[in-house]
Amino acid sequence: MRIVVTVKLVPDLNAEKRIDPTTKRLVRTGMETVLNPYDEYALEAALQLKAKQGDDTTVTLLSMASESLKETLRKALAMGADDAVVLSDDALAGSDVAMTSAALAQALKKIGFDLVICGGLADDGSTGGVPGAIAEHLGLPGLTNARHLEIVGGTIKAQRETDSGYQAVTCPLPALVSVTMAVGEPRYASLKGIMGAKKKTIATLSGSDIGFENRAPKTELLSFAPPPARTKARIVEASDGATGARAIFDFLRERKLV
Amino acid sequence: MTEAAAPDPLDFLVLDALLSDEERLTRDTVRAWVRDRVLPEIARWFEAGILPKELARELGDLGLLGMQLTGYGCAGSGAVAYGLSCMELEAGDSGVRSLVSVQGSLAMHAIHRWGSEAQKREWLPQMARGERIGCFGLSEPDFGSNPAGMRTRARRDGSDWIIDGTKMWITNGGIADVAIIWAQAPDGIRGFVVPTGVPGFTINDIERKLSLRASVTSELVLSGVRVPTDAMLESASGLSGPLACLCEARFGLLWGSMGAARTCYETALQYAKTRVQFDRPIGGFQLIQQRLVAMLLELQKGTLLALHLGRMKEKGGLHPAQVSFGKLNNVRVALDIARSARAVLGASGVTLEYPVIRHMNNLESVSTYEGTEEVHTLILGQAITGLSAFD
Ligand SMILES: Cc1cc2nc3c(=O)[nH]c(=O)nc-3n(C[C@H](O)[C@H](O)[C@H](O)COP(=O)(O)OP(=O)(O)OC[C@H]3O[C@@H](n4cnc5c(N)ncnc54)[C@H](O)[C@@H]3O)c2cc1C
Repeated sequence: MRIVVTVKLVPDLNAEKRIDPTTKRLVRTGMETVLNPYDEYALEAALQLKAKQGDDTTVTLLSMASESLKETLRKALAMGADDAVVLSDDALAGSDVAMTSAALAQALKKIGFDLVICGGLADDGSTGGVPGAIAEHLGLPGLTNARHLEIVGGTIKAQRETDSGYQAVTCPLPALVSVTMAVGEPRYASLKGIMGAKKKTIATLSGSDIGFENRAPKTELLSFAPPPARTKARIVEASDGATGARAIFDFLRERKLV
Repeated sequence: MTEAAAPDPLDFLVLDALLSDEERLTRDTVRAWVRDRVLPEIARWFEAGILPKELARELGDLGLLGMQLTGYGCAGSGAVAYGLSCMELEAGDSGVRSLVSVQGSLAMHAIHRWGSEAQKREWLPQMARGERIGCFGLSEPDFGSNPAGMRTRARRDGSDWIIDGTKMWITNGGIADVAIIWAQAPDGIRGFVVPTGVPGFTINDIERKLSLRASVTSELVLSGVRVPTDAMLESASGLSGPLACLCEARFGLLWGSMGAARTCYETALQYAKTRVQFDRPIGGFQLIQQRLVAMLLELQKGTLLALHLGRMKEKGGLHPAQVSFGKLNNVRVALDIARSARAVLGASGVTLEYPVIRHMNNLESVSTYEGTEEVHTLILGQAITGLSAFD
C-alpha cells in the first residue's frame, strides 16, 4: 500500500519575512526553509499507519517546491518516510490554490497512491484549501480535519474533528484525508533515521513530466500590506496591587468590557 | 567585492556553514528534544536533585546512547555529530549530557572496545536503547587524580573473580543496571562487567551536592562480589583500558561545555539588551559590553576548537594530549563565561528562574571530572617538555 504525504516547504516561522514589491512574492533567499509544521502531523499520521500496516506499506513525500530547497525534505525522510518526489518547475512559481491543487493532483496520478494525507493548513499561505481541491480534482472521497485514522481492509475510518466533538466517518480507498494536530506529536528523527536518510531518493518531476503545462493561476494578488504597527501600550504605575487592579478595572469598564 | 552580511550574534563566525546537512539535522533534532523535554522541567529536577530514569529510553529512541559506536544497535555516527549532540544536551544541562556520556563513551565504549563478542551482544543493544543503564567505576575515595593507586582488588577463586573495594563519585550509579569496575588484579589493572544486582554490591547515592544536581552520583561498595571469569574485559590491561574510555568522554565534554557556555552567553546577551538601569539597557554600558564580547570571543574560539578536534578525530589522528588541550581550554572558558554571565544578570543570576547559575555550578563538576585542570595541565606539560611532573 502506498501512502503519499503532501509536504509544503515554508519559511521558518521565526524568520523575518519580506515580500518583493514587484513580484508580490515572499523573498525566500537567505531565509531558512522548514517543513510546513502541519504537514509534520500528516507525516506522523502516515508513519503510524505504516507501523500498523507493516513493511509493504510505503510512505512517499510529495512537495511542489523549488528544486534548490529539496534537501529540506531530508528531515522528513529521517523521520521515516521512504522516498520523496519534488514537483519543480519555474512555471509553477506563484501558483494559487487552484493551480497548486491541480498540479499536485496531476503529480499524484503519475506517482500512484492508495491514500493521500495532507496537513490541514500551510503555515505561510494559510488558505487550507488545497486538500479539498486535490480530492475534487482526483474525484476522491476527501475526509478533512481527521484526528484519528485507521485502515480496515480496503477502507479508511476516520474521526473528524468538529466544534462540538467528532464524527466517525469511513470511505473506500483510494482516498484523501487531511489531519489535525490531534493525530499525535510528530516524532523526532532518530540518529539512525538521519544517517539512513541520505541514501533515500528525492526524485524530481517537471510540469511536462506530469503533463501539466501552460496553466495560469486563477486569482491575482492585488496588493499587500504589513500588519499595522502596534500602538504603544499604556503603562500604569501603581503604588500597590489594589490601586493597579482598580486602574485596570476602570480601563476595562470605560470600554464596556466588564 | 560583495557586501558581507552583518554577523549573527548567536553564530558570529558562521560556524554553521562548516557542518554537513546531516550534522545540522542531528543538532537540530537534539536541540528540539532538549527544548521540548529538558528545558521545561530542568530547574525543578535540579532543585529536587533528580533525573528521571525514563529519559534514558527517550535518549535511546533518538539513538544518542553509544551513537559514535558501530554495530550492536548503535548508530555509528561521526565524531562531529556526536560532539554536536553533546553540545545540545549540555546547552540544556550538564547532568543530562553526563548521563549520555557515561552510558555511551564510558560504559558502552569500554564493552565495545575491550569486551568479548558475548559481552557486546549481552549488553550493547539494550544499553543503546536505554533499557539498561551503565556506570563506570574508576575513582575511589582516596584515588581520584591518581587512579593507578586504586585499592579495589580482584582475586581468583577457582574460575570466578572476587572483587572487593569502594568506588566513589560514580555517575549513574544509583540508576545503573551494570557497572564497569576497574580493579587491581594479580596482573595489573583490569576491568569487569558487573551487574549491580549481584550479592555484595551496595550503592549509596551521594546527597547534598550543589553541582550537577540533575544527575545521580553514587558510591559503589563491593564486598566479596563474585563474578564468573568471563565478566572480565579481556583485552584491557593496565590503566590504558580506562584511559581510552576517558579520552572518548573528554571529547564529548569539550563540546558539551561549549553548549553550557552558549546558553549562558545567550541568556546574558538577552538580559543585557532588555534590563534597564540608569534609564538605558545595561547592554549599552561599556563594562557590560566588555563582558559580553569576552564571552563571544571565547565561545566562538572554543567551538572552533571543538570542531577542529572533531574533524581530526574523524580522520583518525587525534592524540589524547590534544583532547586534553580541548578539555582544559573549553571547560575553563565555559566556567569563565558562566561566571561572567551570572554577574550580568545581577540578583536574577542567583535564581533558578534563569539557567545561568545552574550551568555555572554544574561546570564545577565538569571541571573536576574526567581530569581536573591541574591534571590536564600536567598532561600537556609533559607532552611539550617530555618531562613528567606527575611523580
Ligand atoms: C559529579 C561528579 C561525577 C563523577 N563521575 C565519575 C564517574 O562516573 N566515574 C569515576 O570514576 N569518577 C567520577 N568522578 C570522579 C572524578 O573523576 C574525580 O573527582 C577527579 O578525578 C578528581 O579526583 P578527586 O576528586 O579525588 O580529587 P583529587 O585527585 O584529590 O584532587 C584534589 C586537587 O588536587 C589536585 N591535584 C591532584 N594531583 C595533582 C598533581 N599531581 N599536581 C597538581 N595538582 C594535583 C587536583 O587537580 C585537585 O585540584 C566524578 C566526580 C564528580 C564531581
